[in-house]
Amino acid sequence: MKTNHVHFTLNGESVEVSIEPWTTLLDYLRYNQKLVGTKKGCDHGQCGACTVLIDGNSVNSCLCLLVSLEGKEITTIEGLGTAENLSTAQQIFIDEDAYQCGYCTPGQICSTIAMRNRGEINSEEDLKDWMSGNLCRCAAYKNITKAARRIYEES
Amino acid sequence: MMLNIGNKQQRVDGPQKVSGSATYSADITSQFYHAYVLQSSIACGSITALDTSAAEAFEGVKGIFTHKNLPERLKNRVDYTDPLSPPGKPFRPFYNNKILYNGQPIALVVAETFEQARYASSLIKVTYKEEEFKGSLYENLKNASADRTPDPASNRGDFKKAFKNSEYTITQEYRQSRNYHNPMEPHATSVEYKDDGSIVVYDKIQGVGSSLKYLNGVFGLGADKVQVKSDFVGGAFGSGLRPQYQLFMATLAALELKRNVQMVMTRAQMFSFGYRPEVIHTMKLGCSKDGTLQALSHRTVGETSTFEDFNETIVDWSGLLYKCEHVNLEYELTPVQSYTPLDMRAPGGVSGVYALECAIDELAHEAGIDPLEFRRKNYVDYDQNEDKPFTSKELMACYDRCEELFGWKNKKTSSENEPHLLTGFGMATGSWEALQQPASVSLTMDENGMFTIKCATADIGTGTYTVMSQIAADKLGVPIEKIEFKLGDTAYPDSPIEGGSWTVSSVGSAVAGVCKKFQYRIADVWKRNNPDYQQVDFDAILFQDGNLEYDAKTFSFAEIMQQASKEELSIAHNEAKIEGQTTHSGYAHCCVMVEVTVDQDLGIIKVPRIVNVSAAGKIINPKTAENQLLGAMIWGLGMALREEGMVDSKYGRIMNANFAEYHIAVNADVHNIHAEFVEEKDDKVNPLGAKGVGELGIVGLASAISNAIYDATGKRLRKLPMLLDDILEV
Repeated sequence: MKTNHVHFTLNGESVEVSIEPWTTLLDYLRYNQKLVGTKKGCDHGQCGACTVLIDGNSVNSCLCLLVSLEGKEITTIEGLGTAENLSTAQQIFIDEDAYQCGYCTPGQICSTIAMRNRGEINSEEDLKDWMSGNLCRCAAYKNITKAARRIYEES
Repeated sequence: MMLNIGNKQQRVDGPQKVSGSATYSADITSQFYHAYVLQSSIACGSITALDTSAAEAFEGVKGIFTHKNLPERLKNRVDYTDPLSPPGKPFRPFYNNKILYNGQPIALVVAETFEQARYASSLIKVTYKEEEFKGSLYENLKNASADRTPDPASNRGDFKKAFKNSEYTITQEYRQSRNYHNPMEPHATSVEYKDDGSIVVYDKIQGVGSSLKYLNGVFGLGADKVQVKSDFVGGAFGSGLRPQYQLFMATLAALELKRNVQMVMTRAQMFSFGYRPEVIHTMKLGCSKDGTLQALSHRTVGETSTFEDFNETIVDWSGLLYKCEHVNLEYELTPVQSYTPLDMRAPGGVSGVYALECAIDELAHEAGIDPLEFRRKNYVDYDQNEDKPFTSKELMACYDRCEELFGWKNKKTSSENEPHLLTGFGMATGSWEALQQPASVSLTMDENGMFTIKCATADIGTGTYTVMSQIAADKLGVPIEKIEFKLGDTAYPDSPIEGGSWTVSSVGSAVAGVCKKFQYRIADVWKRNNPDYQQVDFDAILFQDGNLEYDAKTFSFAEIMQQASKEELSIAHNEAKIEGQTTHSGYAHCCVMVEVTVDQDLGIIKVPRIVNVSAAGKIINPKTAENQLLGAMIWGLGMALREEGMVDSKYGRIMNANFAEYHIAVNADVHNIHAEFVEEKDDKVNPLGAKGVGELGIVGLASAISNAIYDATGKRLRKLPMLLDDILEV
């Protein structure tokens, strides 16, 4: 099977791999790296559960081929903080009870960080629009919005 | 010491959930073969030819299973039921060449990678012989029958006469579309195959006991050969009440290939099993001149599959919520060429109350009475269906508080400067059962005074880990940090499935029971080793901060263990149902009020404000309870304005089997939303006095929105979902 060579940074570590060109970033993270914190919710870019950060921007990792990420910096939920050593954003999600089942949570958190990195949120509506790429079937939206606002303003 | 019950305790599993280290069923990182299911593209008929040769030859493929090679032992005298199977014959995958519904699994491809399995499935050539069928509920209505439904609550009084004699009447039909659960986590099963032929199964399920029962019935492995685990469940809302087909598939492949196998459904496949059925309600209501409800008739026809009779308690709610002496209730089912429906958040209740609360609003308007006053006027404080008192019912307090919070009397639009928007206000009553099931738990304290409590229950996002830890902490008299509550493992004591909003009442009461037993036991150990205290009365002992206290002296549990040279202390407890449930009816109640805006030109419907006030007994954790209530309310919003599983009547296929076309509520749909609880004391419903809140918030919400749309536009949209096309068309 033909493979392509690609080099990138994953959670601060430099990685070089040769991989089939159709491999999505999501499948690479879950199957090859066993970084299962990034979730597959639809595999079609419709739900946001697989959201990760690429150079600080939020990306649906299911829509992103790994071989296209030459030189990029990839950060997953595992790269933000661990259960024993949580990042500020992760702690805010706990404080605000901004989840229920937790399945969409890694993606939600990555989206809030990308929102903070980008800026340009001028209203509550802007914030809700930004966060609407991440579906939460438990519908913890009120608390997700509270957490996202705090992360935007405080962290 | 701070009490934990009633405290806004943060989730104890929070750090795992926010760091990505909570392991859901597809997150097991052993080396697996991957399974992919090929589904039928027709809804009715049979397979006449199935050629798997090209798929078998494809790189990485390890096995293909179809009706042609299903092991004989899985065909005869095999029990495919699970604890929640409705009457009928459960679906048996690959049993023969018959096609019962579009999307039916017809082949399982197992390969080294998911992509190999999926691609190889596309190389399978299937030839069908199609038979004619009618796809929708409407086309099959003439087959509606009450023969295979449980009887609803008895009719009472003389409906016909009372309806005829009523001053004001309404007769209307209300329709609900099919809804799909769609938890964010697709259904997944990971099976680890051990050298001795035993398997460990990580399944997405709302109770591991159900998966175990199914696996034992189908594969007959014996209790010591199967363990089912489910530490985390990424939402379910009823989709995990019955084992779904990925459990059968992954287990079949693991046993036949003697390898670890994982099967994860695609999002499209999440539309290939249970759903909230489409139903049609016919409502006839009549009241006197002063608004006294005199006559009520509620007839519902729902869909089921051709092989199981899925039924819900729908019409009974109309006999329960308001005082009415003349009531007629009818419930019928119509089989359609689809998989069997499945309980979905507040099953039956959300449907029955939708029709009732729209009809009540219509009748109140006919009678020229404010909808809230109309409801107060027809309030009832005992269960007329069962002729029993309620364990508690603080609905009137909900009406009062909701009226105040929402400003119902002087309703003001929050969008005054936008003349193209029509504003309307609507309300509804909601209710859900407060049930308790028998449950078992075990408790172990180690020599350091750390507690482990185990139960085979689940946490589907509701907060089971957290609230059970809170209950245990208070009932033992120890800090919550000393409790570890473990669930989701068939090695633990039996639990009812997590559903019906009964986990706090059932498992919580069992946890309280085992903690009480522990206190007696540790007191005994203490007395035995301290001769001076042998005569001490148990009631004179205080338990707090992990200590036993008596007569101003403190003995830590660890100290008592050391004194007795014990390394651990273990206790088991079974909690049965309590007597109060047979003499009284238990229900939680709520009042919901909404503000709706409708764009006059574009028909766009928005819900800028929702207020829900609930009475649900003792609230163990106001933080998680509020979150659940809000979530259920947003489900109600989705049900009212978004969700519609569209069936292609020619092919029986779900046409919008994805998140882009099956719309669920998103963050931007949610504006000013508020939920709170009124105080409700209940010493009969269960030992904790707590009622479940997972389902309550969705009940009534769609009606409140429908009623508000009428208030805004003068149009009654008697169907769900209510779309902008409906606004422009009526």
